[in-house]
Amino acid sequence: MTPSLLATSYIGAGVLFIMSLKGLSHPETARRGNLFGAIGMIVAVLAVAIQVGLATSPLVIGSILVAALIGAVVAARVSMTAMPQLVAILHSFVGAAAVLVGLSNHLQPAISLVGAEATIHDVETVLGVFIGSLTFTGSVVAWGKLQGVIHSKPLLLPGRHLLNLAMLVACVWLGVIFVGTGVQAMPALLAITVVSGVIGIHLVMAIGGADMPVVVSMLNSYSGWAASAAGFMLSNDLLIITGALVGSSGAILSYIMCKAMNRSFVSVILGGFGVEEGTAPVGGAIMEGEMIATTADEVVELLREAQSVIIVPGYGMAVAQAQHPVRAIVDVLRSRGTLVRFAIHPVAGRLPGHMNVLLAEANLPYDIVLEMDEINEDFEKTDVVLVIGANDIVNPSALEDPSSPIAGMPVLPAWEAESCIVFKRGRGAGYAGVENPLFFKSKTRMLYGDAKTSVDAILELLKVGADAGAPAVGSAR
Amino acid sequence: MRVGVPRETLPGERRVAATPDSVKKLVKLGFDVTIEQDAGLAAGFDDASYAAAGATLADRAGTWSSDIIAKVRPPGDDEVDRLTAGQTIISYLYPAFNTDLVGKMSARGVSALGMDQVPRITRAQKVDALSSMGNLSGYRAVIEAVNVMQRPLRGQSTAAGKIHPCRVLVIGAGVAGLAAIGAARALGAIVRAFDTRPAVKDQVTSMGAEFLEVQIDEDGSGTGGYAKEMSPAFIAAEMALFAAQAREVDIIITTALIPGRRAPILITADMVASMKRGSVVVDLAAEQHGNCELTKAGEAVDVNGVTVIGYTDLPSRMAHQASNLYATNIVHLLAEMGGAEKFELSETNDIVRPMTVLKAGELLWPPPKPSGTPAHVTPHAAKAHLFSEEHGPPVFEKMTAFSRRSLILVGLCLFGIGLTAPPTFLTHFTVFVLACFIGYQVIWSVTPALHTPLMSVTNAISGIIVIGGMFQIGGGSAARILGIAAILLATINIAGGFLVTQRMLRMFHR
Repeated sequence: MTPSLLATSYIGAGVLFIMSLKGLSHPETARRGNLFGAIGMIVAVLAVAIQVGLATSPLVIGSILVAALIGAVVAARVSMTAMPQLVAILHSFVGAAAVLVGLSNHLQPAISLVGAEATIHDVETVLGVFIGSLTFTGSVVAWGKLQGVIHSKPLLLPGRHLLNLAMLVACVWLGVIFVGTGVQAMPALLAITVVSGVIGIHLVMAIGGADMPVVVSMLNSYSGWAASAAGFMLSNDLLIITGALVGSSGAILSYIMCKAMNRSFVSVILGGFGVEEGTAPVGGAIMEGEMIATTADEVVELLREAQSVIIVPGYGMAVAQAQHPVRAIVDVLRSRGTLVRFAIHPVAGRLPGHMNVLLAEANLPYDIVLEMDEINEDFEKTDVVLVIGANDIVNPSALEDPSSPIAGMPVLPAWEAESCIVFKRGRGAGYAGVENPLFFKSKTRMLYGDAKTSVDAILELLKVGADAGAPAVGSAR
Repeated sequence: MRVGVPRETLPGERRVAATPDSVKKLVKLGFDVTIEQDAGLAAGFDDASYAAAGATLADRAGTWSSDIIAKVRPPGDDEVDRLTAGQTIISYLYPAFNTDLVGKMSARGVSALGMDQVPRITRAQKVDALSSMGNLSGYRAVIEAVNVMQRPLRGQSTAAGKIHPCRVLVIGAGVAGLAAIGAARALGAIVRAFDTRPAVKDQVTSMGAEFLEVQIDEDGSGTGGYAKEMSPAFIAAEMALFAAQAREVDIIITTALIPGRRAPILITADMVASMKRGSVVVDLAAEQHGNCELTKAGEAVDVNGVTVIGYTDLPSRMAHQASNLYATNIVHLLAEMGGAEKFELSETNDIVRPMTVLKAGELLWPPPKPSGTPAHVTPHAAKAHLFSEEHGPPVFEKMTAFSRRSLILVGLCLFGIGLTAPPTFLTHFTVFVLACFIGYQVIWSVTPALHTPLMSVTNAISGIIVIGGMFQIGGGSAARILGIAAILLATINIAGGFLVTQRMLRMFHR
C-alpha cells in the first residue's frame, strides 16, 4: 500500500468519525452515524494492517478476533444500569493501550530523529504515557466506585492537594531526565507511568459518587488526549484527529455536567464534595411545615383527574428497576388522553444522558422525554408531578437559599405544579446531603417505600380503574 | 366645527361616546364639543368634569344641532327625526339589519359612519370599536358565568379535599374569544377553544388554551379577518365535537359571528340538555340571534339547571372603561378624517371609506371588497424565550478580561511554537487544532438525550489507538508484546463500544 493511499484512507476514516458524531444530533440519524463510525474504524484498521503486513501474523489476528469477541459479549450482556461502569472500564483500556504504545514506541522508535524533532518526539512520548496512565488508573477507580467495589465516599488524605502537586512535579522532573539524558530513559519513562498512575488513583478516590458523571466524562476526554498524544508521537494524523474529537467531546460533556451542578470544573476535579452525605441537614435552614405522607390510592386518584403529568426520574428509579412499571403507568395515562412527559435533569443518573437510555430501554418514546430547558417553563401548568428516586435535582433551596451547598444549581421546579408526589425510600437527605424543602411544601405528598413496589401498586390500581369504565376524559380528542 | 355627544336613550345603555379625556383631545383637534346634560352620568362622568375639560353642556335639541353627532347605539326613530341635511352621525349602525334606519337617514340627507364597519386592517385597529368592546365582552362573559356558577374555576388541593378545575370551551377565537380565554385562564380554568380559522391556533395556544380541531381540512378564513361559512361536512363534524365537549365542560362561551348574517347556531337544545347541572352558556352573539338555540337576547334563562346567558349589554356593564375605549376610538376616527380644519368624508381613505354608510344621503354601503390580507389581532405578546431551543455552543457576546488575557496567551504560545518547532510538527499541530474545533462544533450539536451513546461511541473510536499498536509489532520482541497487548485492549474497546452503542440506539424510538 502506497503512503498516499494510506493517507487517503486516514482522511476517509476521519471524515466518517466526524459524521458518526454528527449523526448523534438526532435519535433518527444516530444509528446511521454509529454505522459510519464502525465503517471508518474498519477502513483505518484494514489500511494499517495491509501497510504493516499483519496478514502474516496469526498471533495478531488471533488476538484481534479474541478481543472483538470479548467486546461483543460484554456489549450484548451489559445491563443499561451498568453502562457507567462499562464506559469507565473502556476508558481504562484506551489509557492502558496508550501507555503500551508509548513504551513500545520508545523501545523501537519507528523513525529515527535528531535535534528538535527528537526532543519534541520525546516530549510527546512523555505526555502520551502520562495522560494514558492517569486515564487508566483513574478509570479503574471510577469503575470500582460505580460498581460498588470501592466505597463511593471520597477518600480525603491530609494535604492531598500538595500531594498531587508533588507528584506532578516529580513527573515533570522525570520527564526532563527522560528527554535530556537518554541514558536513564526507560527507567524514567516507567517511573512516570507509575507516578501518574498514582495521581490517577488519588484524584478519583477523592471524588464522591455524586460527581461521577463529571469524572467519567473527564476521563473520556483524557482518553482522547492520550490517543492524540500517541498520534503526535507516531506522526499519525488519524490518531491526532480522532483523539482531538474524543477529547473535545469529553471536555464539553464535563462542562455541561459542571454547569448543571453550578460547580466549577476545578472544584469537581479536586474532589471532596458530598462529604456531609447522610449527616445532619446543612445550610442552616430549619424546615417549616411537615412532610405529609400519602397512599397509592390517593396518587391514583390524582392521576385520574390530571390533564398533564410530568415525571421526574432520578437514579433511584433505575436502582429500584422501576422504569418498566413506570412505562406501563405512562401507557395507561396516555391512552386516557393525559399529557405525560418526562423531565430529565442533566445530572440525573450516573452518566450524561444515562436517564434517557434507561427510559429508552423501558420502551418509552423519546419525544416525551424532555430536557430541563425544554420543560422547566411547563411545570406551573402541570397538574401532577411524580418525583421518582430524585432529590437534589428538584430541591428549591438551590434557587431560594443562597447558603445552601447546592445554591445556584439549576433545578426542575416540581413545586410549581398543582401537586407533587415524591417517591422516597426513607426520610434521609439526598446525595449531596442537603435537606429538601420541597418535601415540606403544602402541595407535596410523600409516598414512602421502595420505588418499584410503590409504582407497581399504583399501576395495579390504575388498571383496575381503567377496566371499571372510568369517565372518558378527553374523549373528543 | 362642532361635535355633539347626546345621552344614550336605549334602555340599559350606560356608555357614552365622549369622556372628559376624549373631550380634551377633540378640543386639541380643533373641535368645539357639546355634551348633553347627564350624558356621562351612568358611566361615571359628571357634567362638571366635561365642562372642566372644555366642553359646552347643552340640552337635547342643542346637542343634536351639532355638525357631527357621536354616539354609541344606532339612533332611534325620535333621534333620526332631529337630523338635518349636512350633518354627520357616527355610531353603531349595523346597516345589514337596519335597512329602515339607513333609508330614513338617507332621506334626511345626512352622512353616516358605522362604528361596526371598521375595516379589519392593522392601521384601523385604533378605531376598531368592535375589538375594543369585544375585548371587554369576552372578559365580562367569563365574569358573568362565574357569577352564576356555584364553584371556583381554579383547581386546588386543600385539606378539605380537592377542588377540580373548571373546564371552559370558547367557540370563536376572535378578539372577544381570546379575551375570554385569557380571563378564564387567569382564573385558573382549563380552557379549550375552537375556531374555523387554523391561523388563530398559535394565538389560542399562546394564551394557554388547547386548540380543538376537527378532522376535516378546510380553512374558514374569510375576507376581512372574519370567518366564512363552512361546508356541510365541516359543520357536521364541528357539531359532533361541540356535542362531545358539551358533556364535559362547565362553561361554554360562544362568540361566532359572520358579518351581515344571522349568527350560526352552534349549541343546540340537545347539547344544553346534556350539560351538567350548574353549567353555564354565555352567548356573545345574542344580539345577532345567538349561537345557542335557547338564547334569549338580553336575558339569562335557566334550562334544567343550565344557565344560558344572552346579555347584549356586556360592555355597557363596564360602562366606565367601555366609554373610555369607545371615546378614544371616536377621537382616532375624527383625527383620521382630518380634524376640525380639514374635516371630510374621504372616499380614498382606507379606514373612513369602508365605514361610510351614507354620504350626504347617498348610500355608499356595502363598500368595495377589501383587498390585502387581514390583520391578525394578537393581544398577547409571545412569551420571551428564556432558553434557546437549539443546543449550541454558548455565545460569548462580550470579551471578558479573562478571555482577552487568554487570547494574548494563546498568541504568545503560537509565536513560541512557530519560533522553535520543526515544520513536521507544525503540520500535525495544525491538524490537531482544527480537529479540536471540529470536535467542539460537532459535539455541541449532539442532543443531550444521546450523551450516553455519545460517550460509548467516542469510546469506540478512541480505540483507534489500535493502529498505534499495529505499527509497533514490526519491532523487537518486547515492543511486539507490548504492541499486541495494546491491540488486544483497544480492540475490546472498538467492538464493545460500537456494539453497545448500536444496542442503545436501537432502543430509542418515537
